[in-house]
Amino acid sequence: MSTLKRVHGYLAEFDGVADLYHAAEQVRDAGYQRWDVHSPFPIHGMDKAMGNSKSILPKLVFVGGMTGTCVAFTLQTLTQTNFWSSIGLGFLQKLAETYPTVVQAKPTDIFTLPAFFPVMFELTILFSAFTTLFGLLALMGLPRWNHPLFVSKQFAKFSDDGFFVCIEARDPKFSQEGTKALLEKIGGKNIELVEDEL
Amino acid sequence: MSAEAAHIHEQAYNGAPRILDREPLVLNKRSYSWITNRVCGIVENKQPLLWWILFVPSVLLTGLTAFCFAYLISTGVGVWGQKQPVAWAWDITNFVFWIGIGHAGTLISAILFLTRQKWRTSVNRAAEAMTIFAVMCAGLFPAFHVGRVWMVWFLAPVPNANAIWQNFKSPLLWDVFAVSTYFSVSLVFWYLGLVPDLATLRDRCKPGLRKALYGIFALGWRGANRHWSHYETAYMLLAALSTPLVLSVHSVVSFDFATSVVPGWHTTIFPPYFVAGAIFGGFAMVLTLMIPVSKIYGLGDLITPKHIDNMAKIILLTGTIVGYAYSMEFFVAYYSANKFELQTFMLRGLYGPSTWAYYFMFGFNVFAPQLFWYRPFRHNMWVVMFVCMCVNAGMWFERYVIIATTLERHLTPGSWRTYEATWVDKYTFLGTFGLFMMLFLLFLRFLPVIAIGEVKGVLPQSDPHHHDHGKEGVQEEDLMGYPDRHVPREAAAAA
Repeated sequence: MSTLKRVHGYLAEFDGVADLYHAAEQVRDAGYQRWDVHSPFPIHGMDKAMGNSKSILPKLVFVGGMTGTCVAFTLQTLTQTNFWSSIGLGFLQKLAETYPTVVQAKPTDIFTLPAFFPVMFELTILFSAFTTLFGLLALMGLPRWNHPLFVSKQFAKFSDDGFFVCIEARDPKFSQEGTKALLEKIGGKNIELVEDEL
Repeated sequence: MSAEAAHIHEQAYNGAPRILDREPLVLNKRSYSWITNRVCGIVENKQPLLWWILFVPSVLLTGLTAFCFAYLISTGVGVWGQKQPVAWAWDITNFVFWIGIGHAGTLISAILFLTRQKWRTSVNRAAEAMTIFAVMCAGLFPAFHVGRVWMVWFLAPVPNANAIWQNFKSPLLWDVFAVSTYFSVSLVFWYLGLVPDLATLRDRCKPGLRKALYGIFALGWRGANRHWSHYETAYMLLAALSTPLVLSVHSVVSFDFATSVVPGWHTTIFPPYFVAGAIFGGFAMVLTLMIPVSKIYGLGDLITPKHIDNMAKIILLTGTIVGYAYSMEFFVAYYSANKFELQTFMLRGLYGPSTWAYYFMFGFNVFAPQLFWYRPFRHNMWVVMFVCMCVNAGMWFERYVIIATTLERHLTPGSWRTYEATWVDKYTFLGTFGLFMMLFLLFLRFLPVIAIGEVKGVLPQSDPHHHDHGKEGVQEEDLMGYPDRHVPREAAAAA
């Protein structure tokens, strides 16, 4: 049975962190876009060496956190106070079938707010944490259990002590000879053409 | 005097400060693959006999807790020792005890991360696991304390059949939100930290069920820098979120008491006092677990005397803060000129029915850690274990003193009653240690006990500029622009 194959890219191994760092600088300067380095741990300064921009995750988390604050505020004021009626949105309370909870001799207007701070704080943190988790997964494109790189026998070393550079075939500057020559020039070892089975 | 020593001598006279190497975080210059093999080996090899010797009783004790709760449900809450006026006793004591244990895990994983304490990498994984298991043990007690446990869903923010919502102004409901948020965020933090290490385990397994399971939970991780970049941002964000969270959780727990009008509870010192106590007790539990784990599994190169020393210092600091809080409580009771407040403290410490608990608390929490002023004690594992055991017990007594002994003597003698725990109280609590140990042993069996990727990241060879300036064991930022002032450790010792 014949199998169709598609070239994923070139994979090259490097000796250590410093080699990988300098290799990344040279791949960046050669103008490649669709490439990555693979290492067992995050390397300090590698984003600069690769020319990556900062992660946008903090912005997502800010929105997530503020959503949590608003949810907690709405939940508590809607079920404990007359706040929504006092600003002319009493229909919300009719809709949710809630009415002020009159306990502890606390007022039923907005001035009960300090008693709502702990829950507002906790939900801000909770929503932020889940936004961090799911935002991270979305930005990384994970979970993705199949990947052409897993076909490579040597690639499994990345999670132990292997340091790799992979330049993908979909990069506009990619060419079978030119890319291989670049990886050889910058000191790559065990250079391998990784193919994806279709 | 050797040439190097003479050089140091000269520098000392010129008044130039010397820059010493930091103590290495991993001893014996271990390689990346040594760390992988050693940590993954714990999961991949057969467990030592001791593991089974601990595991079997832990399972039995867990069964004991299950039995006690079943007996409680089938018979009624009267099987516990609570009677008016002591409505909160062992159950709430145990809740506060276990939730406090968890705080050290978050301190190590979040606060020490934000303050760039690199030594945390060897202990953070186990400490975070401990947090999660301790919060699980803690959560059992308030759930059953509500009396009719099948009504426990009333705590969740949904209206009951009469469209009555929870009272969001109550500290008890704040507690529900604080503890459940704490558990969820700790779990997310722990799992996110595990992902790269699960990939390591996945890549080492033979094809089969294990590989499939590790693979599923590793999410297809492939160590790409474009992933690491987002991942490190996420890790930083979670650390920054967990730091105020952990401080809020025990503050909210202390509000359960502090917002009441019971003499002895109604004090503003409670939030910081509870947080310091929680971190104190939690570090003792981390050491109680990590010293044996390190010895049994041969992790001495990763969990070094330096790590134990640092944690012992934190215990000394927080123990002294706790001692200050105990004393200040007494002083404020006197200074307030409120006779009920003062009477509560006199009964606690001098002539009440449970003064023995107060002396245990004070001795174990304030005096025992003072041994850690002396470096030889911080480096003797038996002394460290002894102090940690004292602190573990002392922190339980602290909560018992605050909760039960305060309620034993109310404002009028008509509502005085000395509390006595029943066998159900005692065995339920004993059993939660079994649950905690069982979960921790299963964690040792199936997951990497040390954060492999993070430890690799703090090795000297992991700094990409390590070879550029040719200095072994010293990082660029430590040199502060004066590479000529660097003195190697051996040379400094010789001088």
